[in-house]
Amino acid sequence: MSIETIAAEADAVTADALTRNVLIVGVGGQGVIMISKVLALLCQTQGLQVKQSEVHGMAKRGGVVFSHVRFGAKAGDPVWSPTIPMGEADVLIAMEWAEGVRWLPFLRADTGVFIADTQQVIPPFACRNRDFFAEPAYATETPSEIVGQVSDGFALDAGRMAEELGNARAANTILLGTLSASLDFPLDDWLSVLNQFVPKGTEEINRRAFLLGRDWVETPRENPAMPAPTPALPIARPGIDVRLEITRSWCKSCDICVKLCPERCLDLDDQQIVRLKDPDACTGCRICEWLCPDFAIAVHHETPERPHSA
Amino acid sequence: MNKMEAVRPDDRSEDQARTQAHPLTGNEAIARGAWEAGVKVASAYPGTPSTEILESLATYDADEVNAEWSTNEKVAVDVAIGASFQGVRALAAMKHVGLNVAADPVMSQTYVGVNGGLVLAVCDDPGIHSSQNEQDTRLFCRLANIPVLEPSDAQEALDFTRLAFDISEEFDTPVILRATTRLSHTRSPVFTGPRITPEDKPFIDDPNKNVVLPAVARVRHPFVVEREARLQRYFEASPLTRWEKGDTTYGIITNGTSYPYVKEVVPGVSVLKLASSYPLARETVQAFCDSVEKVLVVEELEPFIETEVKAMGIKAEGKVFFPRCGEFSPEVIRAGLAKAGLMAAAEESHEWNIKPILRPPVLCAGCPHTGGYMALRALDARVTGDIGCYTLAAVEPLRAIDTNVCMGASIGNAVGMAKAGTETKPIVATIGDSTFLHSGIPPLIDAVYSDVDITVLILDNKITAMTGGQHHPGTGKNLRGQDAHQVDFEDICRSVGVTWVRVVDSYDLGALYRTMREAAANKGVSVVISNRPCVLDPVKIKGPALRVAAKDCVACQACMNLGCPAITWSDEMYDGHHKVKIDEVACMGCTLCAQVCPSDCVQPVSP
Repeated sequence: MSIETIAAEADAVTADALTRNVLIVGVGGQGVIMISKVLALLCQTQGLQVKQSEVHGMAKRGGVVFSHVRFGAKAGDPVWSPTIPMGEADVLIAMEWAEGVRWLPFLRADTGVFIADTQQVIPPFACRNRDFFAEPAYATETPSEIVGQVSDGFALDAGRMAEELGNARAANTILLGTLSASLDFPLDDWLSVLNQFVPKGTEEINRRAFLLGRDWVETPRENPAMPAPTPALPIARPGIDVRLEITRSWCKSCDICVKLCPERCLDLDDQQIVRLKDPDACTGCRICEWLCPDFAIAVHHETPERPHSA
Repeated sequence: MNKMEAVRPDDRSEDQARTQAHPLTGNEAIARGAWEAGVKVASAYPGTPSTEILESLATYDADEVNAEWSTNEKVAVDVAIGASFQGVRALAAMKHVGLNVAADPVMSQTYVGVNGGLVLAVCDDPGIHSSQNEQDTRLFCRLANIPVLEPSDAQEALDFTRLAFDISEEFDTPVILRATTRLSHTRSPVFTGPRITPEDKPFIDDPNKNVVLPAVARVRHPFVVEREARLQRYFEASPLTRWEKGDTTYGIITNGTSYPYVKEVVPGVSVLKLASSYPLARETVQAFCDSVEKVLVVEELEPFIETEVKAMGIKAEGKVFFPRCGEFSPEVIRAGLAKAGLMAAAEESHEWNIKPILRPPVLCAGCPHTGGYMALRALDARVTGDIGCYTLAAVEPLRAIDTNVCMGASIGNAVGMAKAGTETKPIVATIGDSTFLHSGIPPLIDAVYSDVDITVLILDNKITAMTGGQHHPGTGKNLRGQDAHQVDFEDICRSVGVTWVRVVDSYDLGALYRTMREAAANKGVSVVISNRPCVLDPVKIKGPALRVAAKDCVACQACMNLGCPAITWSDEMYDGHHKVKIDEVACMGCTLCAQVCPSDCVQPVSP
């Protein structure tokens, strides 16, 4: 047997897809791990081999959470790698919009199913920009853009659906129901495994949430419009120059402004009077002006065609 | 010997898998394997990805297993060694860098050997998901002449752990059970068995074995060398070393967590799956290499097996195709085999029209560490950091930590900075409560002894937070949640000779600024202890939320310097900048943002 033949055979086996792959993603506290545990146990009760792999060290701290669930296509099929290779997820299910976008390269481009909650969890990092008219660094992709790129895509506002149902915490169960529609397991088995994971007393609401998500796939719908995270101002901004006017004789070297400048662009000069040491870093936020007990600093925003403040 | 008669999962029927197997993570399987082996004493210091091993052992009956957190990994290993001396089976669990802390007893105990079986479960972190390096514990095993067992999935994690105790007693050696993050945190169905109760063994009253005097050690070292040879023969004969015959054009030697990736990518190839990289089953390796035309070694991290195989005079290749850094995946194996010309290169991946956003981990809303670092930022101090959640204060917006090395390093680093004599800023060491007890006390004594001008900020949030909320001697509770003696940090500091100690409210920014300024002005060693508990563990704290009175917000975004995840931009603008809003569900009412707000627009949500 030649190397070429082995390689071809190996490729054939890999492409033969003995394994089904579901990638579940979100941010800390959204129930990613719960959903993957439900799915993994369900697969086990179906007599399938299954592996569920997660990395959760940073989960509680607002970081990215993801869980790979891989199971045999039929009883007896092995599951080897605990992780899903890039581009081989049969289903990508996201509890948060930008996370769904992030993990798209793991989805099978030709046949993958994309399910995402349109809920946005905007990280503080996305708002760390003091430039005039800055945009948040959050996903700009819209549901229709993404759904248009995948073979089969669903974007739903599970949070709102759960609230209407009467329990905002049931959003992940709704998504689980949506997931169930793209996997070939009996409904009763889904519900009985789900029951083992939900808090006592919430079985009924979770059952209704699950069915709501499952039926949602079948109902005619439009992809919900997402609330625009950006203000409705034109992208092109007039340049604004910032000028600090420091009245040296009024400064008493208390250095409050130096300590609290968000961009660390102030210091005291050799005569212990405040100075702007890094003009390029100054964003004109005016904290120094407001905090100076002696009115020694005035911040001027200078532009000929300055738009009106909100 | 060879009680390795546990049936492999593939030998069991699917019906059994449906009903009799339990979905366990690698860590839970290690705990289960230890319990089944009759482990009596288990100890650990928490560390991702190893933490759940001991937490899982604590779910078994306290009469069967004494499972308890130790103050650090060295103590954990010392405790396990003590139990082994007494003839009972003992386990110590730690992450890879924890083994560095425990290196001293491990390097000596390998000469002493064991009485009761002694197993160290060590979890490596290839890919550095949550660590400061990705060191390969197998190198340590060779350094210490301790056999290593490397399970490839959760079932093997259980089977190998159980077997490790037998090997330990049979060969009079500690055994290292090596997992990785991927194995520790992957859940799959595992067949479990009953617990065996090992016979009681008396203490071996033999100073020539138990006391490592130079004269004794000189005799024990040849024993260790001879033991290595016996273990090598064991692994050569054992079914643990698994030769899966396939096509002979090329063969792959692999181990532990690399094995499933190989099987995923090239299921039909000849594979020699080693259960142990050290000692290497040389004869089996030789026979395997003779049977194939070309030999590849596929191993995560260091070229450990590859180097040994090459030293045997075998023409093998490994790291020329497969990376030495980072975690393996099917993609990595595929790319390596393609590079070796043994596989077609992967097809060009699909081009998605997306721009992923950054979402770095952050300190929680209401985290009691935030205030301390705000004060340090204002103090413009030279700040040494330590290991814990608070390491996140090294990045924007707090950006208040200058160095971070390893557990307990902050205080010693600060002492050295002071001795260097070149620093013009105040020098401040910041260290968490659990880390301080782990390895912060000796350097504090050193600081007082050296009479240097430094300030130590102990961030006492009353839990080991980073690893998910474990108790320690400062919390007054033990692993099983029962009451235990509670260490007083102020007492410790005073008793080692620190005369300037202040306790300050983590949520009182004014007090923090003032206290840190006074501490920095103090001659000699000063200690500030900030005292608010973690908002997540052991109980989630939720106070009255705050909100922004939008009409008063002047969009200065001073509050955003806190890096609080509950504060983001609102859609309203003021003077060209975004006003802010507070997520009332995430906000727990710490009031730090209200304290820094110049326009006083952060107000309690009125009932």
